[in-house]
Amino acid sequence: METETCVQTSALNLYYSDFQALRSVSLAIPRKHITALIGPSGCGKSSFLKVLNRMTDLIDHCRVEGQVLLADEDIYAAAVDPIMLRKRVGMVFQKPNPFPMSIYDNIAYGPRLHGQKGKHQLDEIVEKSLAAAALWEETKDRLKKSALSLSGGQQQRLSIARALAVEPELLLMDEPTSALDPISTGKIEELVFELKRSYTIIIVTHNMQQAVRISDMTGFFLLGELVEFANTNNMFTAPQDKRTEDYITGRFG
Amino acid sequence: MSKIDAGAGSQAGAQAAAGAGAAGSQKGARATSRTSAKVIDRIATGVFYVVAAFFILLLASITAYILYKGALAASPELLSFVGDGVGIQLFNTVYLVFLSLLVTMPVGIMTGLFMAEYAGSGFFVAITRTCIEALSSLPSIIVGLFGFLVFIQMTHSKWSLWAGSLSLAIINVPLIARTTEDAMRSVPRSYYDGSIALGASRWQTVTHVLLKASIPRIITGMILAAGRGFGEAAVLLYTSGMSSDVNFHDWNPLSPTSPLNPLRSADTLSVRIWSLKTEGIAANSQQIADLAAAILILLVFVFSLGSRALGRRLQKRMLSGN
Repeated sequence: METETCVQTSALNLYYSDFQALRSVSLAIPRKHITALIGPSGCGKSSFLKVLNRMTDLIDHCRVEGQVLLADEDIYAAAVDPIMLRKRVGMVFQKPNPFPMSIYDNIAYGPRLHGQKGKHQLDEIVEKSLAAAALWEETKDRLKKSALSLSGGQQQRLSIARALAVEPELLLMDEPTSALDPISTGKIEELVFELKRSYTIIIVTHNMQQAVRISDMTGFFLLGELVEFANTNNMFTAPQDKRTEDYITGRFG
Repeated sequence: MSKIDAGAGSQAGAQAAAGAGAAGSQKGARATSRTSAKVIDRIATGVFYVVAAFFILLLASITAYILYKGALAASPELLSFVGDGVGIQLFNTVYLVFLSLLVTMPVGIMTGLFMAEYAGSGFFVAITRTCIEALSSLPSIIVGLFGFLVFIQMTHSKWSLWAGSLSLAIINVPLIARTTEDAMRSVPRSYYDGSIALGASRWQTVTHVLLKASIPRIITGMILAAGRGFGEAAVLLYTSGMSSDVNFHDWNPLSPTSPLNPLRSADTLSVRIWSLKTEGIAANSQQIADLAAAILILLVFVFSLGSRALGRRLQKRMLSGN
């Protein structure tokens, strides 16, 4: 199946001071697919996400080497504004992190930052984003209420809606369900599956069943190295690398 | 269970008995320790209650005494806004604190914001922080004399509300700076990351998210700062002056006797109390001081309750959206 590439990294190295967190990672993320990144804690999969929206810029003594192409554009080129980049690459974090403001203002936060002031347009964006995150029905009568009054699962869907409101090309999700109960997790998984129609999604997960359930491609990281990157079915039924096999059969990690 | 060949039944019986015995003695020990823990708990609770009751009683009796003396002294003439009426000082106090907060809040908040988000942790910042802390613990009479020197002598002006407000700001800016810094630092890191990940700049993140989330705590700081202003006398003696020449029918801020003119001299309630009690020569100066004290206490009380209610409402709106 031939698909377009959304993000491509080549020979990517990441250092925190002297510690090398990523070792020569090269992979191509297909557009409008879900790519899962798995691996034991500290293997570099979350660091890899941070490289893609340059959240690494915020970390002291953090250095990136190699190339990252988003739609054929080098995101570490001098001319690239990290702020504009983060508009194109949304991120959802491990713990739901709605801001202490109303549901409406949470969603409108990003569009407002980027200059959208029209009340009518904002109303539309808020409805569209909440609907896309399967949260509209539950919140349409309480948009002015604080986002912190929502349940954990709803808060995470709100975080997703908030990221969608700025219409990113790529959505990064860092263990988005690890703080949620099974029912909320199920809802998020369904949602992510729906979202791949319009978005490219990279999801870091500790839950291998989750990777199998929702992803098209899976990458296995170990000690900063991308050990294997393959079609999810192939990886979980016939892993090419012994280390991958050991990990997915639960022999370590 | 040393004897393997012992009858299963007797073994089980012995085991059960031993078990029960052990459990019984254990239960006994636990019960004694629990009883003594309970007793100690009761005694400690009792001591705390007594201490708390003592101080509440002390506070209540002082307050009651002041209010009682004030009520005895109250008369329509002394409650008015002319002549000896303490209405003038009441207005001065509120207006001076308001003017002072007008300076204190922006300067203090900007300082705290800088310290929390931009300053980093270098040598220069450590020095600055120490200076700010030293500033907040300066004796108020020193600040008052400093204000007199800088805001009055060096500018060749007279005692004024404005000079008093600025001097009071010297005392309160460190407090607000510190409160803001602490409040901003206690905002979860996830808010910061979430905002940055949406394409916000650092400044946008700081002002739109972090500062907003800090508002309830900054309001608490403001209550403390205002409280200090209401009660302060030493700072104001030499800066805002000990007399007021004011006409409550003239509200043009540029007129020299207008209540709103920030360049007129003005005595506040606590300055008036101090001057009457130390050098009052009028026959009713004690009565005026008593009434002024009662009104000052009521003012602080009303202000604290009011701003607390406001803070609670803001917090509630942020957290539950009512």
